[in-house]
Amino acid sequence: MKLLKIKDLRVKLEDEDKQILKGVDLEIGAGEVHAIMGPNGSGKSTLSYVLAGRGGYEVTGGTAHMDGLDLLDVAPEDRAAAGLFLAFQYPVEIPGVGNMTFLRTAVNAQRKARRQDEMSAAEFLKVVRARAKELKIDADMLKRPVNVGFSGGEKKRNEILQMAMLEPKMCILDETDSGLDVDAMKLVSEGVNALRNGKRSFLVITHYQRLLDHIKPDVVHIMADGRIIKSGGPELALNVEQNGYADLLAEVA
Amino acid sequence: MSAPNPRTVATEALLDTLKMPEGGCIEVARRAALARLRAMGLPQRRDEYWKFTKPDTLLTAEVPPAAPFDNEEGLLFDEFDRLKIVFVDGVFDPQASDDLSLEGVSFDRLEDICCTDIHWAKDIYGVLETRGQTPVPRPFAALNTAFATDGIAIHVTGRPSKPISLIYIHGSRASDAILHHVIRVESGAEVTILENGPAAARLNECMEIDIADGGTLHHVRAQGRDPERRAVTAMFTRLGKQSVFKSFTVTVNGALTRNESVIELIGDDGVAHVAGACVGDAGGNRDFHHDDTVFVTHDALNCESRQVFKKVLRNGATGVFQGKILVKAGAQKTDGYQISQALLLDDDSQFLAKPELEIYADDVICSHGSTTGAIDETALFYLRSRGVPQKEATNLLTLSFLAEAVDEIEDKALAEDIRSRLENWLSRRG
Repeated sequence: MKLLKIKDLRVKLEDEDKQILKGVDLEIGAGEVHAIMGPNGSGKSTLSYVLAGRGGYEVTGGTAHMDGLDLLDVAPEDRAAAGLFLAFQYPVEIPGVGNMTFLRTAVNAQRKARRQDEMSAAEFLKVVRARAKELKIDADMLKRPVNVGFSGGEKKRNEILQMAMLEPKMCILDETDSGLDVDAMKLVSEGVNALRNGKRSFLVITHYQRLLDHIKPDVVHIMADGRIIKSGGPELALNVEQNGYADLLAEVA
Repeated sequence: MSAPNPRTVATEALLDTLKMPEGGCIEVARRAALARLRAMGLPQRRDEYWKFTKPDTLLTAEVPPAAPFDNEEGLLFDEFDRLKIVFVDGVFDPQASDDLSLEGVSFDRLEDICCTDIHWAKDIYGVLETRGQTPVPRPFAALNTAFATDGIAIHVTGRPSKPISLIYIHGSRASDAILHHVIRVESGAEVTILENGPAAARLNECMEIDIADGGTLHHVRAQGRDPERRAVTAMFTRLGKQSVFKSFTVTVNGALTRNESVIELIGDDGVAHVAGACVGDAGGNRDFHHDDTVFVTHDALNCESRQVFKKVLRNGATGVFQGKILVKAGAQKTDGYQISQALLLDDDSQFLAKPELEIYADDVICSHGSTTGAIDETALFYLRSRGVPQKEATNLLTLSFLAEAVDEIEDKALAEDIRSRLENWLSRRG
């Protein structure tokens, strides 16, 4: 059973006559980790935004389903409640809203949408403290306004904390390694690996093979000019690391 | 013979309907204020500081009717231990008020000052208001000084154990209140003054605050939820050496509000902060027009002033900010800051801002900024992508926008009370 099914997805910018995705086909099974690599401007981030429901794009063709749900037909919050999570490349700062308040609002909004009981304050606190500790997020970071004054590494760890609290089925990581030093990357990767459980699926978007040393993918896709041009095992990422994209692009063209 | 000046005609027409209370040591001040008012005349739309706010409905002999609002939320500050001084439609209500005794502070009603020949308030009543009339005339404040019918004089000599809470109940649809308070904070004394409630269908309030060297006054005000009420208020504050004044106002609803704050830093190392958060909705035959007009004068060394004003506007609501920092020659090491921002929740609302700096000293830091914008789409998407529904996410971002102003309140419990009211206001709207 495939968890995520993307078929011939075509997307253009809403205000501009510019086609970004030109027919993306991708299927991810439950528990699988897929990586997408590709040169700048190939459409990797656009794919993640369109799946999560960001405005500014127009779907001109194709479909995207998660667990049978037509993703493109519902609001971003409903996609989230159904189990989709996007870790942002640039997490947004929200002054005046405490990180803890934000997390609790998100967790309870999703539970409410799924007709589950809201988590009590005490229970929530217990869980969030345990998860935060694993990610070396201290109490002060939980109290501070969302992402305000956080370092690059702190922001990314905070994304993983949200992921851990929301327990999604399908996690998309959009260049989570960007702006991270070696230690931070290790910490973030460990956080992600801790969430792998045989059922939860991941789509890891990255420029560099380095991240994939830590988060081992089952399948690697190469994206260029709005399409997936090649798929293979982890060796494909190593190939890119050594030879760049030029050979692959030439091969397809 | 030349035609009569329309401003003079309008001023005299209104004055004919008013009666000056007589007697006591402030009568001289009242007569002087009347003369001032006659000289400057009532405001007109063409006046520089009334371009953005129509004074018409504040000037009619008949009060535009305003229904008292049935507030199911309970009054703000209910949970706090405080000394309550209650005014109903602008008239002191001794039954509803606490016994006016509190260590470190003494109280007199305006009425009682009027009957005494010697009183400390005489040195302040109308005096700070007069100082605040230059260079910008403030006719409603002069009118207030001349015709105020009630108010309280608060003399702070120590550090009272709890806040002094002025509660303004609006009872009648046609009430027209003129309240004038005088506050003197002695050297080293410290007090918190709370004000809340709409006061009347139409309120003209004037507060004169004199803070001696090393004195501290915290002021937190909530202007009530009555959608039809009108208010024109003026606070005149004079700060001595090393004194502190921090004032915050929250405004929710109200057809028309004009809040003026005139601050004079005359002693070295003084600190004056004035902040405001307002949320207004002009939908469903309601008006919402909110005007903050601030004038801060630095006339001493090494003083700090901050102006932080945030407005959330919906359904054709209008926000106005006119803020000025004047740094006089010799007021070196001044640190002045001013920010005014509006969040427009739709295309019908508008924000009009006039920030001004006038600096005659050469070793100062003064910064100012003013922005108008909509909800940040990226932040909204971020919240929604975490499962927070659009409306809830919009409210969270709106509160986030207001937070910088609310955070100006030093007492965190008071700040939280106000934050929760703003949250309730937002969640009541679709």
